Amino acid sequence: MTELKHYFAPTSLDQAVECLKDGDVTILAGGTDLTPQSQAGRIKFKHTLMNIRHIPQLSGITQEGNEIRIGALATITEIMEHPLVRQHLPVLVEACDHFASDQIRNAGTIGGNICNASPAGDTLIPLLVLDACVELASMPENKIYRHCMPISTFFTGPGKTRKSLCELVTGVRIPIPGPDHVARFYKHGTRPALDISTISIGFAGRLHDGVLSNVRIAFGAVAPTPVRAGATEKALEGRHLDAAAIEAAAIAARDEVTPIDDVRATAWYRKEMIHNMTKRILGNVAQA
Amino acid sequence: MSLKHDIEFTLNGVQRKVTVDVTMNALDMLREVVGLTGTKYGCGEGECGACTIRVDGVSLNSCLMFAVDCHGRSVTTVEGLTDQPRGEALRDAFVAHGAVQCGFCTPGMMMQADHLLAKHEHPDDACVKRGLEGNLCRCTGYKKIVDAVVACGAAE
Repeated sequence: MTELKHYFAPTSLDQAVECLKDGDVTILAGGTDLTPQSQAGRIKFKHTLMNIRHIPQLSGITQEGNEIRIGALATITEIMEHPLVRQHLPVLVEACDHFASDQIRNAGTIGGNICNASPAGDTLIPLLVLDACVELASMPENKIYRHCMPISTFFTGPGKTRKSLCELVTGVRIPIPGPDHVARFYKHGTRPALDISTISIGFAGRLHDGVLSNVRIAFGAVAPTPVRAGATEKALEGRHLDAAAIEAAAIAARDEVTPIDDVRATAWYRKEMIHNMTKRILGNVAQA
Repeated sequence: MSLKHDIEFTLNGVQRKVTVDVTMNALDMLREVVGLTGTKYGCGEGECGACTIRVDGVSLNSCLMFAVDCHGRSVTTVEGLTDQPRGEALRDAFVAHGAVQCGFCTPGMMMQADHLLAKHEHPDDACVKRGLEGNLCRCTGYKKIVDAVVACGAAE
């Protein structure tokens, strides 16, 4: 077992990825999860604690070509208040609006929400239905290597991702949705604030003359990771959004999720909620 | 030996230099290293808001922040708030509306209300309730607190 021996607050991306080379680093961003988890002993510090706050390349929300790039350090509040996000990605704003409390939204970062890889992570569901890509940086030789990974392949289990120990998440890239784009987010919990989702649902697609295409559906808190719902998407793709299609999709949704019983709800309840709320969301899209 | 680190930051308008344990949270630093005990420890996991402070203008839970992360930033606690006109107005409104019973949540409520009033002009009941949703009070049932903040905002 290594022990925390070093604190480092790099001021450039080069310094940060160089520090990550040996992989024995705990990364600190907003701290809203690392603080309580480490104090409770659920996370053990590695050799180095690296505070990434002072790296300028990790901040900001910008439009780059046909994509919106959100820096890993963007807080939930910054995202939900940003004009580009409000204009192009209202479904992400909706999810941010249901995120914890004001104090946590002011500190928690999108990079942290992604790297925590909670099955119930609030921003992950809209990122999945918006086809977001996770930007990663590392230094395999003496040069920064950057690449992007679709968020749909990023999560491997609760708290686990495909990011290697030598990589840093620098941001997330989201294609700007085209014409006739529709999207919804729904989160169910016992109270509006500071609640971890019992289930959450994201929907996005193109609705033209009543016909759905490019359908993306994602569910939270019903599997070891946030998941895209392939069978439900298939039930809707190319279909007229009528009562029969909606019922078929709701049944497909209930059949394809694999939730567990835990303190927040039983597996049965989650399946019923997925069915009922998928139906309600799609009904709402059909009527809008 | 736990790992130590020196930090410099502005605390209630005054430049401070302190040495902290790297794993210490900002709440423990404020209470035990600096000696400002106005900021309260309630739950230690961001549920109750009793430890709310403002850092670079935004409110956050000091129990969820590393003390080392205060370096180079501007921190305001309830002790600094009451030196400011809005802090004074909030304190008077809390007293006038009987918004304090045991008083344990009051510093966090006032810090969060300060942030809320900085962002929203003349907030209504719904806006104040939304803004204070990260702060728990076990005595008042919230009505008097919400009334105090709404009144304070209306008077600005």
